[in-house]
Amino acid sequence: MSLNYPNDVRYAKTDEWARYDGELVVVGVSDYAQDALSDVVFVELPALGDVVAAGDEVVTVESVKAAAEVVTPVSGEVVAVNAALEDTPELINTDPYGEAWFFKVKPSDLSELDALLDAAAYEAYNAEREDH
Amino acid sequence: MRFTPNTEVDRRAMMKTIGIQDIDELFHDIPAEHRYPDLQLPPPLTEMEVAREMQEMAGDNAQLGVFASFLGAGAYHHFVPAVVDMVISRSEFYTAYTPYQPEISQGTLQAIFEYQSMVAALTGMEIANASQYDGATAVAEAAIMALNVLRMKRNKIVVSPSVNPMYRQVLRTYAQGMDLQIVGDDRQENDFHALLDLCDDNTAVVIVQNPDFWGQLHSGAEMQDLAEAVHAHGALLTVATDPIALALFHAPGEYGADIVTAEGQSLGNSLNFGGPYLGMFAFRAKLVRKSSGRLVGQTIDLDGKQGFVLTLSTREQHIRRAKATSNICSNQSLNALAAGVYMAALGKQGMRKVAELCWHKAHYAADRLQALEGYELLSDRPFFKEFVLRCPRPVAEINQYLLEEYGIIGGYDLSTDYDTLDNAMLLCVTEMNTREEIDDLVDALATFHQYINTEEVVS
Amino acid sequence: MADDFIYELSSPGRVGVALPDSDVPETPIPADTLRPELPLPELSEVDVVRHYVRLSTKNYGVDTGFYPLGSCTMKYNPKINEQTARLPGFTNIHPLQDPVTVQGAMQLLYEMQDMLAEISGLDAVTLQPSAGAQGEFTGVLIMRKAQIARGQGHRDKILIPDSAHGTNPASTAMSGLHVVEIASDADGNVDIEQLKAHLDDTVVGLMITNPSTLGLFDQNIVEVCRLVHEAGGLVYGDGANLNAIMGIVRPGDLGIDVMHFNLHKTFSTPHGGGGPGSGPVGVVAELAPFLPAPVVGLSAEGEYEWVWPAQSIGRVRSFHGNFGVIVRAYTYIRMHGAVGLRRVSEDAVLNANYMQARLLELGDYPVPHGDRYCMHEFVAQGKIAGAEGIHTLDIAKRLIDFDYHPPTIYFPLIVPEALMIEPTETESKETLDGFIAALTQIADEARSDPELLHTAPHHAPTRRLDEVRAARQPILAKTSA
Repeated sequence: MSLNYPNDVRYAKTDEWARYDGELVVVGVSDYAQDALSDVVFVELPALGDVVAAGDEVVTVESVKAAAEVVTPVSGEVVAVNAALEDTPELINTDPYGEAWFFKVKPSDLSELDALLDAAAYEAYNAEREDH
Repeated sequence: MRFTPNTEVDRRAMMKTIGIQDIDELFHDIPAEHRYPDLQLPPPLTEMEVAREMQEMAGDNAQLGVFASFLGAGAYHHFVPAVVDMVISRSEFYTAYTPYQPEISQGTLQAIFEYQSMVAALTGMEIANASQYDGATAVAEAAIMALNVLRMKRNKIVVSPSVNPMYRQVLRTYAQGMDLQIVGDDRQENDFHALLDLCDDNTAVVIVQNPDFWGQLHSGAEMQDLAEAVHAHGALLTVATDPIALALFHAPGEYGADIVTAEGQSLGNSLNFGGPYLGMFAFRAKLVRKSSGRLVGQTIDLDGKQGFVLTLSTREQHIRRAKATSNICSNQSLNALAAGVYMAALGKQGMRKVAELCWHKAHYAADRLQALEGYELLSDRPFFKEFVLRCPRPVAEINQYLLEEYGIIGGYDLSTDYDTLDNAMLLCVTEMNTREEIDDLVDALATFHQYINTEEVVS
Repeated sequence: MADDFIYELSSPGRVGVALPDSDVPETPIPADTLRPELPLPELSEVDVVRHYVRLSTKNYGVDTGFYPLGSCTMKYNPKINEQTARLPGFTNIHPLQDPVTVQGAMQLLYEMQDMLAEISGLDAVTLQPSAGAQGEFTGVLIMRKAQIARGQGHRDKILIPDSAHGTNPASTAMSGLHVVEIASDADGNVDIEQLKAHLDDTVVGLMITNPSTLGLFDQNIVEVCRLVHEAGGLVYGDGANLNAIMGIVRPGDLGIDVMHFNLHKTFSTPHGGGGPGSGPVGVVAELAPFLPAPVVGLSAEGEYEWVWPAQSIGRVRSFHGNFGVIVRAYTYIRMHGAVGLRRVSEDAVLNANYMQARLLELGDYPVPHGDRYCMHEFVAQGKIAGAEGIHTLDIAKRLIDFDYHPPTIYFPLIVPEALMIEPTETESKETLDGFIAALTQIADEARSDPELLHTAPHHAPTRRLDEVRAARQPILAKTSA
């Protein structure tokens, strides 16, 4: 099955996506990441009010055989977390770009988004990784 | 050679397949100048010879059962029913590895799941793991777990002086690279109030023992007050305990402990000169993702049939590597099996009976000993199977006398660990001590006292 | 059929062991200290025996059959070990007894320290660590403290090859040190250029497993140790794979400063379903003062005594180590002597190379380093040509149907689809041939009937178990049916 690369988000090479809604930046992990992890069994989210810097490891995602640290692509204050993931982590496998958002950041530096890849560039990057 | 079945014919055939003339060719990657050292080891023995020699070595030890003993202090002489050794001698259990292939390891997995269940029941906690190395490392792991639960944002550990000194030593060994403050046990007098005074918003965990190292029993109400006060600081409470005591007295789960540890040796494991033992390790369900050590969980197979697997292993070193909750990659599986069989065989009534016998005999011994002139109990608190007796002379001196004159192995010398506790002997009495042994001890100490008096009069 | 859960077998009023009544006057127990309930099961002795015997039949051990589990050294466990370890003079002694009453046990420990030092070419040994992982932790703490004693307390990095066991980085992290991973070169050795690039005055030392987890002896080991020493670092040798080199080479002679032994692998003590193990640590003379306390010494009067090393890292556990395990390993070494131990390693390596040669001949399972002779184990891959949907896991599960325990799978991490095979010296050529025949048949099945592999095992006590379910909604304890 081919993987999804929606155009309304930007991607980090570490497989997070970020969507700016005009006020907040919403963060999750890509279809590529959930596919690599396989069945997600547990998610540990940041605390509300945490002040994070781009590149900080703020979320842990676990499958049966692997654990991945998710970094925030933008700096700012965490103003919302998706508590639904704590009880239904499988949402990450079924709807990585929608229901399975992780947290929302009130960004302190929007230019950090510019460092991220667009869908085409991220897809090309993944294709290159697969070849190795 | 007995345990290498290849014959010379086999070896030659195998070398031919490999394409070599001599086994030496397989070792050419090893620097020639260091190859084939001349090891200076004793000559090989046959089974008959080794058995004889080992029997002699074993015979050079004064064994309990032949010698009456009143030693406890963290390792206990309890009855081990025959059924325990029978089960752990099944080689399907003892020659298996870690149950990584659950389809052919359901025996170990179910037995450990049942052990976890019974330990959870005994401690009153929601979850118990498959065991740590021993009671001491369980305490160290509990401290690290508390730090992880609080996301490494606090680095102070408050520990009671009445926690087993070895547990505290191991805690400090484990913590030496971790940049932690470990406080509270520098003064033997520090009670719960003093420990609470040391708590602040940097305190991750308070560690106490109940019954404590000196045998004292703290009531459920007293413990509950402690738990509430510790929680008010946002810290966790770890209680080290004795599984036999739990058959009678309030369980840590009832009074608010977050993590419970215990030396599990008392449950069906022989003294074995100190090991192998097992560290019992139980905790509240919400802490499970930060816990260390192996866990067995229930699930179903492809046909929907109930079965068991190792689970939540993303916490462990083989996946998390440097970020694991601990480096532990085993459990004391066979010892935990023994503990499980013991709990199942004694059951609710048998476990209670063992605990009651310990209580009655220890109290009988304490009553008689404190009636002797020159001896007194150091504390008037309730106790379980151990108590501290203040003696008229240094404990080492008394113990030597007991051994040489009466063939009795005396109690533990508390001056080893506490400057303020000279002449203080920690005595342990279990169901294995007969009334006759206790009476002999009393007579011996009475005689010793007279002997001392005589000495003093003479000098 | 699923076996009944122990609580389901419980019936109120049953008891499996009768205890005598009190022979002393009873002392009332204050009611307010008593717990209201004790939710333990109640069974008769026969219930208990049948329950556990039935469970045992669902287990696979070395005594059941061939167990080529790479990196675990699942050799046969001699039965005499079980007898010597159960001698009452060993089982019924308290660890805090006066040394004069336990001279036999202390003699055994003292001689064991000596024999392990001799086998490894090191100067001093502690028997205290409970398992290999704790031995590693002990070793790293020793290296850390030794660097502090040298006035090099600023050093905070440990170099670890990428093929290492996960316990190496985990033990390092627990010691408060940082892990720097070093790649392996194309031959499976430590990459010398990479090593040089990382060697500076922040390095505490290097942890190396040699033979490596790829089953290869690092051809540059002497040079590696020299470079690390030159940079002021220490070399830790992970002794997991000692079974390949006893009497062949001594790690201490190669430049290793500290190493742990796995008595439960190399010295035939049973694995017990995951423990107990025992992980003694040997060190060179400079590091001896840092060993965990106490060790056993011999006084001028010929008495064995406890000795506290001057700058000890402290205790790593209660008492003196897993004595019961040490008795078994001692028995094993005494039965073998120098000649026997060398034969053990020779045959372990011969058996592994024979299997590697047979697999290369077969051609269905790639062996990435098949151009080199392996040591006591080798790593193949579950990548069967013409059966692309088949993974190592499927092959492992299918092997169960042939009554074999599968090899170690998916380790080392640097080899995709790894199948790590360690036959050990206690297996005969016929056994090895039988296993190769099974792998041959499985390769054919993988191409002709892949579903048979995907749904394997078919003849085990249970089918494949749902691990995702176990992890999502963990059920870790039950006290009712």
